[in-house]
Amino acid sequence: MDMRNRISDAVLFRRRTITAWAVVVVIAFGLSSRFLYLQVSQHESLTAQSDNNRIKIEPLAANRGLIYDRNGEILADNRPAYRLSLTSEHIADMDATLQALAEVIDLSEESISRFQQLAALKHRFQGVPLKFRLTEEEVARFAVLRYRFPGVEVIPYLTRHYPRGDQLAHVIGYVGRMDSRDVQNVDPGVYRATTHIGKSGVERFYEERLHGKPGLRRMEVSAEGRSIRELERSAPISGESLRLTIDANLQLAAIKALGAFAGAVVVLAPSNGEVLALVSQPSFDPNPFVGGVSRQHYAQLLSSNKRPLFNRAIQGGYEPGSTMKPFIALAGLRSEEVEPEDTVHSIGYFQLPNQERKYRDWKRGGHGVVDLRDALIQSVNVYFYELAVRLGIDRLEENLAPFGLGAKTGIDLMGENPGVLPSRAWKRKKKGLPWFPGETVIAGIGQGFFVVTPLQLARAVTVIASRGKLVQPHLLMDRQTLHEKQISVEPEHWDVVIDGMIGVVNDIRGTARRIGAGSRFLIAGKTGTAQVYGQEEDEEYVESEVAEHLRHHALFVAFAPADAPEVVVAVVAEHGGGGARVAAPIARKVIDAYMDTPLGKSALRRRVPEKEGDGI
Amino acid sequence: MGRPTLRRIGLQLDPPLTIALMLVCLLGLAVLFSASGQSEQTVVKQSVRLLIGVIVMLGMAALPIPLLRTWAPWLYLLAISLLVAVWLLGEGRGAQRWLNLGVVRFQPSELTKLALPIMVAWLIQHRPQPIGWRELGMAAVIIGIPVLLIARQPDLGTALLVAASGFFVLYFAGLRWRVLASITFLGMITAPVLWYVMHEYQRDRVRTFLDPERDPLGSGWNIIQSKIAIGSGGLSGKGWLNGTQSHLEFLPERSTDFILAVLSEEFGLTGVISLLGLYLFIITRSLQICVTSRDNFGRLLGGTISATFFVYVFVNFGMVSGILPVVGVPLPLVSYGGTSAVTLFAGFGILMSIHAHKSLLRD
Repeated sequence: MDMRNRISDAVLFRRRTITAWAVVVVIAFGLSSRFLYLQVSQHESLTAQSDNNRIKIEPLAANRGLIYDRNGEILADNRPAYRLSLTSEHIADMDATLQALAEVIDLSEESISRFQQLAALKHRFQGVPLKFRLTEEEVARFAVLRYRFPGVEVIPYLTRHYPRGDQLAHVIGYVGRMDSRDVQNVDPGVYRATTHIGKSGVERFYEERLHGKPGLRRMEVSAEGRSIRELERSAPISGESLRLTIDANLQLAAIKALGAFAGAVVVLAPSNGEVLALVSQPSFDPNPFVGGVSRQHYAQLLSSNKRPLFNRAIQGGYEPGSTMKPFIALAGLRSEEVEPEDTVHSIGYFQLPNQERKYRDWKRGGHGVVDLRDALIQSVNVYFYELAVRLGIDRLEENLAPFGLGAKTGIDLMGENPGVLPSRAWKRKKKGLPWFPGETVIAGIGQGFFVVTPLQLARAVTVIASRGKLVQPHLLMDRQTLHEKQISVEPEHWDVVIDGMIGVVNDIRGTARRIGAGSRFLIAGKTGTAQVYGQEEDEEYVESEVAEHLRHHALFVAFAPADAPEVVVAVVAEHGGGGARVAAPIARKVIDAYMDTPLGKSALRRRVPEKEGDGI
Repeated sequence: MGRPTLRRIGLQLDPPLTIALMLVCLLGLAVLFSASGQSEQTVVKQSVRLLIGVIVMLGMAALPIPLLRTWAPWLYLLAISLLVAVWLLGEGRGAQRWLNLGVVRFQPSELTKLALPIMVAWLIQHRPQPIGWRELGMAAVIIGIPVLLIARQPDLGTALLVAASGFFVLYFAGLRWRVLASITFLGMITAPVLWYVMHEYQRDRVRTFLDPERDPLGSGWNIIQSKIAIGSGGLSGKGWLNGTQSHLEFLPERSTDFILAVLSEEFGLTGVISLLGLYLFIITRSLQICVTSRDNFGRLLGGTISATFFVYVFVNFGMVSGILPVVGVPLPLVSYGGTSAVTLFAGFGILMSIHAHKSLLRD
């Protein structure tokens, strides 16, 4: 390319560039004048539109799913109520507004500080709740003074109500106001309109299913933030309603049966693991928690030495005591360390070779020569001391684990206690100590390091009742993906253990013979006593002389009808003293009540034709 | 002449141009903070993207123009093959514009925005100018292929912008005025034909542009609310973070395409004129750099990059203020989004390189 061309190219380019630049400048002036027109000439009319014609997008909360018991009785309900909501965008002086509001509506400092925390996390144009469950009087007072409070609204909403109050607090749990931690843990899209979230029990476990999907509406709002009209709406999708396996009337009967004792009652269906009743006493009324329980009330509940917030049925760890004996017996039979006919001579105590210490029978002088069945009926300690020593702790643990001991049951509630099934390895890991032979001896009668929850105990008994089926206890009817396992034990071994347990209630020497009389069905059971404090070996335990809070816990497990079990009951009465005297009658009442439930009645009907058939 | 290839790697940025670009970015981040509902996360994310853009700019600035010239056909071929790949296995909501490369999702049409003008400039750099019919024909083919590929994604807005960038090269190369006029005329008579090949949503945008009140809650919504936001801003604006219109979530695109409405509401006419002034300064300085360059390929490319940049500004300003249809063009360096910022910075990197290498370049 020659020089002339290059120069002419440069000149041409320069000319074109200048033209382009001129066009750019002209267009820039054009754009400026467009903005000048909009922002100066049209400023007033567009500002008016901006002030008068604002669009607010409001999320619509989905109705929370209801909770029913197995017979369709409502256990968690949604009721209409009013709440006070503040939108900070429309409030010039928040502190002054809060102060003025406090004169109209009863406001605690707590609710104000909670509001401020929550408001910090929300957009300025989003409403933040200040107080829930306004009284009718408060609603009326505010309506009159409303003009003084731009940006403050009374919003109708549905509040959760638990008609059965404290009877099912540990099962249903409760919903509570979402706190700043909840807000960070949930999907903000799904919880845009949500003020309350499941905090415990079924409400928490099934939060996702109960919650539903929010809807949305576009609202035209005035400059003060008042809604003028709705432009568009997409309806929310209600949460799923849940049907529980609980029978509310049986639950109440169990609570009454337990009476004034602290403790737990668990009722299971052995065929499928349905939880028919789950009682933990003392309990609390969940209803105040929905509106926001005061810190004082909460602290009171927390600090009470009766611990009403503690769910004993799934969290309480108890020593199982003699209720372990049927399982120890099965462990011995399974591992062929003992035959049902083998006998032991009980002279009142047991001693390890070369050791001084005497491990006692509960009966002075002993029970004489007993076989396995007798040992269960009379709860003969010496028999099980010897059996445990023969098995050794490792085989004991190996054969008790299949009954679900020392592991969470997998019930659909949070915070379950796994309990403790002691073993050499467990002790080394937890206590850093070796296993001592004496600990095997007392393990034979369910003492020492054993810890079970009432639910675990009930579940283990269902394995005996169903002759080998380990079910997963559950509260939700039709719960999917339940884990079941089968334990193999010789049929005649089931027979002898069940026979022993029938004897406990029905034999003349049975420890719980008092409850056998007059029952419509054959009940099988086992008494137990959990020590509260370590007893010196020769010290006498005289119940009347021991302070109540140091008395033993009374335990009883049972199933009925013994020949074709429909129901399993586990009872723990804290500081009740003896299992036979206190816990067994409670279980009997629960079994009687079960027979009057729709479930029990249909079981009854199923049995009647058989008997008629026998007659013909 | 020494080897310009590696000797000058390092900072070789034009200070006035760099400062103006940074000012636009900072202003953009401030507006984005407000538009996103004061989300620090969004601002941090965008800052990272801008930073990546600046790094790309530094890289491009260190790249000697002769090297870019030798790569021109390959870059063009790469862009075309990627566009074909999008056609065959692309992804995207509604329209196929993205290519998933595992680590990043990538829009080949962005690469085309640079690769096409580079190719056209490469084609005509040594021809005697103003160019003749033969070059024009070849350029038409080179421009036509990627434009059609992008138009069928469908992304008509980008296709038109890419076509414009090819056209600008021809303009700076001195295409005769009467030819330019004929092309413009041809464009005008094909516009009605375009109507029939458009997708329904594209037609909707044109209809809405012609009459926003036609569907005030549907597609006219943005334009009406955007105008209200701009107008209510007035001379000095409602103040930073105080734009009520923007905070009521009325504009679905307020962080991206309609971010100018937020700026207008909160900073008023003062803010709009300042931003426009910054853009004008950037374009003026860019054109100045090109005029002082002695390399025909470089200055053709530089002029095109500057002109295209202004087209983005013009289209976005026009769209947000309701004098152009809504075509989904982001406000350069201000709208939330990474791809367009990186492309823009790459373009400015080329301009920096032209500036840095102008004294070194001889034929």
